[in-house]
Amino acid sequence: MSRLLKDKAAEKSMMALTACVGLLLFLMVAALLYKSWPILASKPLADLVLGRSWSPLRGCFGFLPFIMGTLWVTGVSIIIAVPVCLLASIFLSEYSPAWLKDLARPPIDLLAGIPSVVYGVWGVIVVVPFIKNHVGPLFKSSTTGYCVLAGGVVLAIMIFPVIIHISLEVLAAVKFEVREVSLALGATRWQTVKHAVLRKALPGIIAAVMLGLSRAFGETMAVLMVTGNVARLPRSVLEPAYALPALIANNYGEMLSIPLYDSALLLASLILLLVTLVFNIISQGILARLERRVA
Amino acid sequence: MDRRRLEEKFFQGLMVISSLAIFASLVLILADILVKGVPAMSWAMLTQVPRGGFYQGKAGGVLNAIVGSAALGCGASALAFFFSLPVVLYLNVYLKPRSRFSVFIRFSLDVLWGIPSIVYGAFGFTVMLFFGLRASLLGGIIAVSLLVFPIMSRAMDEVVKMVPSELLETSYSLGTTRLEAALKVVLRQALPGILTAALIAFGRGIGDAASVIFTAGFSDYISFSLFRPVATLPLAIFYQLGTPYPEVQDRAYASSLILTMLIVLISVLARLLTRRYKSFVVK
Amino acid sequence: MSFKSHIVVKDLEVFYGGTQALKKVNAVVPEKKITVIIGPSGCGKTTLLKSFNRLIDLAEDVRFSGEILVDGKNILAPEVELTAIRKKMGLLSQKPTPLPMSIYDNVAYGPRIHGIKKRKELDKIVEYHLKEVGLWEEVESRLDEPASRLSVGQQQRLCLARGLAVEPEIILGDEPTSALDPLSSKRIEEKFLVLKDKYTIVIVTHILRQARRLADYVIFLYFGEVIEHGPAEQIFENPRQELTREYIKGIIS
Repeated sequence: MSRLLKDKAAEKSMMALTACVGLLLFLMVAALLYKSWPILASKPLADLVLGRSWSPLRGCFGFLPFIMGTLWVTGVSIIIAVPVCLLASIFLSEYSPAWLKDLARPPIDLLAGIPSVVYGVWGVIVVVPFIKNHVGPLFKSSTTGYCVLAGGVVLAIMIFPVIIHISLEVLAAVKFEVREVSLALGATRWQTVKHAVLRKALPGIIAAVMLGLSRAFGETMAVLMVTGNVARLPRSVLEPAYALPALIANNYGEMLSIPLYDSALLLASLILLLVTLVFNIISQGILARLERRVA
Repeated sequence: MDRRRLEEKFFQGLMVISSLAIFASLVLILADILVKGVPAMSWAMLTQVPRGGFYQGKAGGVLNAIVGSAALGCGASALAFFFSLPVVLYLNVYLKPRSRFSVFIRFSLDVLWGIPSIVYGAFGFTVMLFFGLRASLLGGIIAVSLLVFPIMSRAMDEVVKMVPSELLETSYSLGTTRLEAALKVVLRQALPGILTAALIAFGRGIGDAASVIFTAGFSDYISFSLFRPVATLPLAIFYQLGTPYPEVQDRAYASSLILTMLIVLISVLARLLTRRYKSFVVK
Repeated sequence: MSFKSHIVVKDLEVFYGGTQALKKVNAVVPEKKITVIIGPSGCGKTTLLKSFNRLIDLAEDVRFSGEILVDGKNILAPEVELTAIRKKMGLLSQKPTPLPMSIYDNVAYGPRIHGIKKRKELDKIVEYHLKEVGLWEEVESRLDEPASRLSVGQQQRLCLARGLAVEPEIILGDEPTSALDPLSSKRIEEKFLVLKDKYTIVIVTHILRQARRLADYVIFLYFGEVIEHGPAEQIFENPRQELTREYIKGIIS
């Protein structure tokens, strides 16, 4: 009898733990909301989101430079990463022999495993000087190299693995017959990919890109180290920017000494959480629906 | 006809260039870390803690960070494991495969997986404030375990899902309870995979800086106390790079090398374990 | 029966890795007639069919030797243009596979691939070929709907229309009715009988009754080897080989 009791007890406790998992997201949003309440209550939302000046000592908390900074850097990284990843995924999935595709997986996993500080270090020793010495003069700019472009390039490499991994899965899920039918009608392989395969795989690829975007949006250390961290709206990719995650990471130290500062930074965290939540929910939703259709 | 061929050739060329670019970036990064890190590497780096003036170029090493990261990583992985294992077993043994609850939980885990580490750090920070904790090993453990929990759970779930249902059925037909089946059959069958999942999560945990930056603090000393600040490799690298002294910046490269090597080692180990795992699965 | 050969197969051998799928196959396919390839399952019928449109090229680790002459030209030669051969051949697969697009776009896919862009031209082609397979009345009001919404039988007819839209000379059918209900099967078979006036048709089937109904010419393939080939009456009434006789009698399944 005690065996059954043990089973029941285990079931109840496991269920409780599992329920906690379900609550975790809500808990996180609630906690961050609670902590950001002071600043949300004392300043109109429009001032916070559209305000351009960031001067905590004077009580100015305009988040616009950071929102724009993040958007610029994320935008550049997506512009670089999407074509490269898409083309590489198509190549590995549709053109290369099976052994090459298998050989390609470990390097991609390795790229995914490199910590973001190391990406940051690499960015500082390679990308920043390169932009300063070679790209800047090309555009007649006196950039220090610490700019949006540096962040975009490093971020792009960091999100390669996410986008490629999911794109490959999505492409593999397209049934072989679709390709066979198209080729049997006399299409070239590229036409088959362009008009038949990609059509079927499109929702999944969009999901992959959204997950990559979400990852780029929230990336902290690497961006912190190479974008210059100047709280101004960037006017070109060669100008420095200050990303939202970098703002939080850089200033946690002074957080508790200036009124409303901690609340502001936690509001920034909340914004990050909500944005990435939206992207993740949509893309995971797409992927879940695709899985169900295959099964 | 010719236009089609041209278009195909053009895009094939672009595809090859893109694929090469991706692998080139990997090679470039690893090579640069090696090239810059090896000259700055020394026995002292690995075996000493920072001496006075370390950040101005004087003697010392990053042993504090190595030990700190190891302690933090183990603590966080253990805490996450404590939650992951029961949740995954519950999902796979107690719940029906397509029950609403399990779909919801798995979806939550997938969404949690994508949340930036700095958000986990911020949330961890609010938890710490709530309990009156200060920047410490325990704070870091809380934040990092939150971060790695979805990673570990997902990986573990993939592995446990693969245990054939016939195995469970056989166990039930012999009269075992679900708990006994979970512990004696599923756990045993999936153990290598479960350990691999823990390993993967560990690797992810020690490499992250954003979650520890305001929860673990930093220290130049080795300490195992839960309530004292602790050094971590990622933050050590960050601080070293931030100084204006080139000798210290060189040390950042060496520290990066140490961290990268550690992570490569862990992923190789995880891969080897999965391969061994495949040979033990009951068919 | 006198005929002109559309396809001549000479000493064809096909290997998948270490296994030999076709062993020194020699056969002919007469023009504008229905040729049926019969034989037990897994003995190379589909391989032979897919050699005609070079779809076997898609398999991993495949090698082939010998010649397949279509209108006198060897299509196995390395310099040959694959897309041109495939345009000549229309393939109807066993499982209806509509492309992930609308009914209209499915039929228009082939012509678009080969360069026809004008909407008016495509409209005409789509209508003509949907009428050819007897699907036009059923779908004319919903051409923009996804093809996947059609019933299985309708999908197969759609695939036939799609294949015809590229104006092939030869239609290849890989067990084209085995996934269909009896009524839809009957419709497809009737279509073939009408289409043979314009096209050369080669069908693979393991249903002997179907072969009897449709065939003008028969190739009997047994584990990769051609045992016998000839006009249908001869094969069915008076086979020359013992094996053929046994198979026809239904002893070997």
